[in-house]
Amino acid sequence: MGKEMTKEQYDEMVKKASPNSPIVKNCIKAFIVGGIICTIGQIITNIAKFYGASTEDAGTYTSVILVIAASVLTGLGLYSKLGKFAGAGSIVPITGFSNSVTSPAIEFKKEGMILGLGAKIFIVAGPVILYGVLTSVIVGIVYYIFG
Amino acid sequence: MAKHIGKQSMEFGKNISIISAASTVGTKEGEGPLREYFDVILQDNLLGLESWEKAESKIASDNIKLAINKANLSPKDIDYVVTGDLLNQCCGSTFGVRGLKIPFFGVFGACSTMGEAMSLCAVLVESGGAGNTVAGASSHFCSAEKQFRFPMDLGTQRTPTATWTVTGDGAVVIAEGNEHPFIRSITTGKIVDMGVKDANNMGAAMAPAAADAIYEHLKDFGRTPNYYDHIVTGDLGYVGKELLLELLSEKGYDISKNHIDCGIEIFDKDAQDTHSGGSGCACSAVTFAGMLYYKLKRKIINKILFVPTGALMSPTSVQQGESIAGIAHCVAIENEGVCV
Repeated sequence: MGKEMTKEQYDEMVKKASPNSPIVKNCIKAFIVGGIICTIGQIITNIAKFYGASTEDAGTYTSVILVIAASVLTGLGLYSKLGKFAGAGSIVPITGFSNSVTSPAIEFKKEGMILGLGAKIFIVAGPVILYGVLTSVIVGIVYYIFG
Repeated sequence: MAKHIGKQSMEFGKNISIISAASTVGTKEGEGPLREYFDVILQDNLLGLESWEKAESKIASDNIKLAINKANLSPKDIDYVVTGDLLNQCCGSTFGVRGLKIPFFGVFGACSTMGEAMSLCAVLVESGGAGNTVAGASSHFCSAEKQFRFPMDLGTQRTPTATWTVTGDGAVVIAEGNEHPFIRSITTGKIVDMGVKDANNMGAAMAPAAADAIYEHLKDFGRTPNYYDHIVTGDLGYVGKELLLELLSEKGYDISKNHIDCGIEIFDKDAQDTHSGGSGCACSAVTFAGMLYYKLKRKIINKILFVPTGALMSPTSVQQGESIAGIAHCVAIENEGVCV
């Protein structure tokens, strides 16, 4: 087979035969769900401020509440269903980060608390944490020099 | 005695009979179009056990025993069990066969495992060195996702080309005998790698290997595709099927009239949201042990070329940028024996 057809030719054939993801539909769904999650966050922030929390504290309460809520939904098996529908809409907000930490914790608990859950809890979120910290260090240095 | 035919085929001299077949599937497969053909449909894919891996081994163990029982035999009558699965170091099979006390060959051919196992059992029986043998293969959607993709509860979307790993086990008992159907010949596939790297498009990675194996088989025996009632590939799915038909038509063979793919047959694409189709070792194994064996036994169909297809790779090889190597093994099964 390989003698007559090159890998490049086959690649073209594969591209033609493979359907693409419905990008527009996915973007709209992501926009709506992501928007709803952010609106819920804003509502929590406003309520916290109404009861006298500072802007900074209100932000912290919002993060904590959203993270816990997403974690519980993950445990109940509901967040994966939301993710299938919303895609990036439920991955990008902080609730997606919570889901990416809770889901490996559940999955790898069977391999024990140390080498399973402990070692693999950040298997999805790890790169985000590493490069997030690295980026903030670089931005901090730039800010220190030029700021 | 078996004869080597052409470039990569073997024709058997004895009547290698498939004397029984058993299939066990998960809940989703049990809701699919082939549900009436399966022996056991599980209500709980975890079987009340602690892990997906333990569940897969239990499914394999119970289904192998079922196949042996259906042949009116007991495990002590079996000389060899040849099975495989997708988990690291073949653990699904190892722990499934552990309690059976039968000499064991663990094989790995990714999703082509059923073809590999049936080929090897036929060779064992033909050699005269084995009486009754069992060939089988298993996979589990959840253990496969855990090993190859993401944790089950992670909220992600699947691409349209992705396939859905079948949960289940298919097993057959193979021995010399006069009961149809018979394994008449095999064509062992070469590894064919056309450079596909997308692990979410395994149909495209495997189609060239399937085309190559089918082409070599037809050429070795000087047959045309319409010799067979069905040419049955393992788990190419919708994308892979289109590519296979195109690749073979370029070689001058039109199999569009009698080609079916187990990955397409096993799920209802739209109602079950399985995208390109089913996959996994169990996909071809349960479709054979379920629907195809049923139809062969009742002579609804009489000649099939069973071609389980495999995507050879590991999470490590994919992460290192290695392409996905395809393989496919042809097993020609007919209701007419060699010597009657």
